Parts: sequence; structure tokens; C-alpha cells
Amino acid sequence: MRAPGLRAYAVIYLVFLYAPIILLPIFAFNDSRVVAFPLQSFTTGWFRQMAADQVLQTAVGNSLIIAFSTATFATILGLFAARASVRYAWPGKVPVMGLIMVPLVLPEMIVAVALLTVLLSMGVSLSIFTIILGHVLICTPFAVTILSSAFQSLDRSLEEAAYDLGETPASTFRLIILPLVMPGVIASFLICFTISIDEFIMSNFLGSGEPILSVYIFGNFRFPARVPSMMALGTVLVAVSITLLIIAEYFRRRGVARSGAKDTGGFL
Amino acid sequence: MANGSRWGRFRASEAASGYALVSPTAIYAILLLATPMATILIYSVMTSAGGGVTLPFTLSNYQEVWGGRIYQAVMIRSLWISTAVTATTVLLAYPVAYYVSFHVAPSRKSLWLFLITIPFWTSYVIRVALWRVILGYEGVVDSALLGTGLAAEPLNILANGPLAIVITLAHAYAPFAILPIFVSLEKVDRALLEAGQDLGESRWTTFLRVTLPLSMPGVLAAVLIVFIPTVGDYITPELIGGGRTPMIANLIESEMLRQRDQAVGSAIAVTVMLIVGVISAVFLLLNRRFIGGAK
Repeated sequence: MRAPGLRAYAVIYLVFLYAPIILLPIFAFNDSRVVAFPLQSFTTGWFRQMAADQVLQTAVGNSLIIAFSTATFATILGLFAARASVRYAWPGKVPVMGLIMVPLVLPEMIVAVALLTVLLSMGVSLSIFTIILGHVLICTPFAVTILSSAFQSLDRSLEEAAYDLGETPASTFRLIILPLVMPGVIASFLICFTISIDEFIMSNFLGSGEPILSVYIFGNFRFPARVPSMMALGTVLVAVSITLLIIAEYFRRRGVARSGAKDTGGFL
Repeated sequence: MANGSRWGRFRASEAASGYALVSPTAIYAILLLATPMATILIYSVMTSAGGGVTLPFTLSNYQEVWGGRIYQAVMIRSLWISTAVTATTVLLAYPVAYYVSFHVAPSRKSLWLFLITIPFWTSYVIRVALWRVILGYEGVVDSALLGTGLAAEPLNILANGPLAIVITLAHAYAPFAILPIFVSLEKVDRALLEAGQDLGESRWTTFLRVTLPLSMPGVLAAVLIVFIPTVGDYITPELIGGGRTPMIANLIESEMLRQRDQAVGSAIAVTVMLIVGVISAVFLLLNRRFIGGAK
């Protein structure tokens, strides 16, 4: 079946999707304080300005701590919930799993201010830790989704065989199940890591003003003089995200191939 | 039967394993999600006092939020902008989903979906901020149009807050609209299309009478997935609207954190949840009708 009109539309749509991202490297290397055409000469000065920024370094450090902790905790919580939901039947599964997945369908601002209100009323002082609490909340549903599909493609007879051969539930999980869902675990970790690095609302409202990468970018884009070095920073971040994403996709496909299932497309 | 053995049997049962496994995640969600939501609900019917809330219980916060002209104006604007964003995003996305589902070789579908989702995984703040640079006065669009002589004076699309917000969000939520529509199109039985054409329908009428109705569950899912987060979007009105086109999230921020009126802020948050809940329920009912009709 051929449809040249539709194909042209789809290609134009892809160009629209990628246009802003393609502008990042173009203006990151453009020697002008103003982000506009025509392009001036080539420079790496914006990258040097970016690298010399002390606040940015602190922000990157904080964001990495937050993203690493968030990805670890969300993946662990996701493992528990996904395993419970896929492997076992228990009364009340729908409401409990629904509650865990609810951050996917609630405006994030509402979740953030509700959490903030409770934390402040309990006298908890805001810090990187409170940001991690918020991030884990919104990353867990993604971890559950990815890990559920990993557990679903698991052949239950492998587990029963392990029991028959004298393994305990714990050793079966460690020796048989975990290795088989490992690609899902890695994919979940990377996705949660990416979401946490990008997340703005929780980082902005649950923090106590320490520089956080997304908040720093948000603040700096407001000053026209800072925009070119933000383009440089954006270029680096996009390169990192795409690399992480390709690694995650690789592991996901390997997981699908290992369990012998048919590949049904990307994430989500 | 003794209590002990009943407990013993429960512990060995499948349900007990399920509860034991799910409990860490469930407790986390109860403490950090259900409790805060319940708190907001209670705060919204209490009296505001000096940055906190106190008794007595009252409905005056809701009177203020539902009756106040500024609140009404911001909420109506948010709903209007989100509706425009949702309609634009879904209408633009449908042909792409259709193309990938019907005209791309099965072996290359994954690649197309991957290409569509990549921009979604790059920083949301950066993507939104980039539109500010692109659409702004003498920004990328203006300078390109002026430079090529396609326009005589700067368009400055950014000055038109709602239009700039619609463009930015239609871009940001594109994959959310394409994926559910694609999934529902994949489920359309291709034999039905051939049957339609064998019975004398043209391609276009086959599409209108077979494919489109069968893909409605995906379209409705896309509408919800785009609508809910855009109603609550905070970054875009700040960066693109320049703070001159506040939406509900900005209103909640100013009420809760700047005015420190937690009671009214909570009432706004609950109102938003109610609106989102009612709209979601309507769409889920519509969806059920379509699924029922498909049988």
C-alpha cells in the first residue's frame, strides 16, 4: 500500500518533532549572544562558559544524587508491586494497584502541593531528600509498567521447576526470576533516572533552594544573555538522554528476545 | 476452626504472598499520596488562618473559588487552552498513527515508534524553553522569515500567549497522542476493510465507517492522556505565556505559596481534580459505548 501524501505528512510531522532539538547544537556552536538567524561564526565558547559555571556543577551533582536514589528506590518498589500484581491473585488488587498508578493521571502540580502541605505541616524541612520522596512517587508507576511486562513474559514453569529441584522461594527469585527480568530492571532504572533528571515541578516546590538541574535551566532561560550557554547545556543533555535511551531500548529488546516473545514496539 | 490455623492457612495462601509483596509500594503510596490527597480535601473545607488552617469547617472556600471572577477566568482559560491543545494534538497525530499502522512495513514499525518517542525523552523544560526562543520577538522563526523575505515584520508569535502555548504543548504531547491511537489502529481487523471495499465502499467511506469508529477507543485515550497533564501544566504558562497567561497550576502556586492561603489553594486543587475526574468519567463512558458498539 502506498500513500505518498500521508508519508509526506508523517515526515513533516517528524521534522516538527525534532526541530527544537536540532536547533540546540546549531545555536550552541553559534558565536552570537542572540539566538536568531543568520548564523555567525563557529565557537565552542558557550560550552566553556557552561563548564566554568560553579552553580551548574552543584546542580548537576544534586540532580545525579536525586536521580540515582530515585531510580533505585522506584525500581525496587516497582519490582515488589509488579511481582505481586502479575504473579499472585489477591482481593483488592484493582484499588491498590490503582492507587500506586494514580500519579500517572493526576496533574503533577496537585500531587506536589499536596505533598508539600503535608510535609510542612509535619515540620519536615525541605531538602534533596524531600525531592527524592516526590520523584519516587511519580517514577514508581513507570517502573511498575515496565516491570509488569517483564514479569508477564516470564514462563511460570521455570519457577515451578526450580521449586521441584529443591530451591526456596528466595533462592528461586535470586537465581531464576531476577536474571530473567534483569533487562526490565535495567530499563526501568534508566527510564526512572531520565524522568527524575528532567522533572521540574517536584524539584522546584519540594526543594529548599539548592540548585537542581531542571530548576537551574528553567531559571536561566529567562535571561536572554544566558540562553546561548543553555543551548550548549541542552546539547549535552540531549546527547546523554538519547544514549541512555538507546541503551535502555537495547536491554528491553534483549529481554523480549530472551523470553521468546514477539516485539510489540517501544516504551509506553 | 482455631484462629491459629486459619492465620496459618492465610499466611501460606496466594493472597498473603500478594499482600506481603505489594505492601512496601502500597504503604509508600498511602503515606505519600493518599494521605496528602486526604489532607488537601480536609483543608479545603477549613478556615484559613495565618498561613495555616483552623476550625470551623466551612464551604466558603468553594464559594470563593467557584464564584470569584479571577478564579473563574483562570479556570475557564485553562480548560479552553487545554481543549485547544488536545484537539490540535490529536488531530495532527491521527494521520501519523494511521500512516505508521497501515502504510509502514511491520518490520519498520518499531523504528518509527522509536523515532516518535525520542524527543519525548529529552528534557521537558528545555523543549518548552526552546519554543520561547523559536517563537519570540526576532527569534528563530522571525529571523528566518525576515531573512528569507517571507515576512515584512516580526510575527512575534510569543506575544499571543494562548497560540504559543498551544504550539508548544501540541509538540510536547505528540507521542502521548500517537501511541494510543496507533495501538487501537493495529487492532483493526484488516479483513473488515477489504469487506467494506468489496461491498462497494470507497477507501474514504471505508475509513469513515469502519476504521475511524474502531479506532475511537485509542482517540479517546489520547484525548485524556493529553488533556489531564496540560490542564495542570506549570512550566509552559510561565516560560511561554511569560506569566501573563496563568493557568490553574500557576493559580495554585500563587494561592498556596505566595498568598499562603492553604484553604483556598486546597479548594482550587480539589476543584481541578473534580473537573478532571468528571471529564475522565465522561470519556470513559464514551469509550465503553464504543467498545460495546464494536462487538
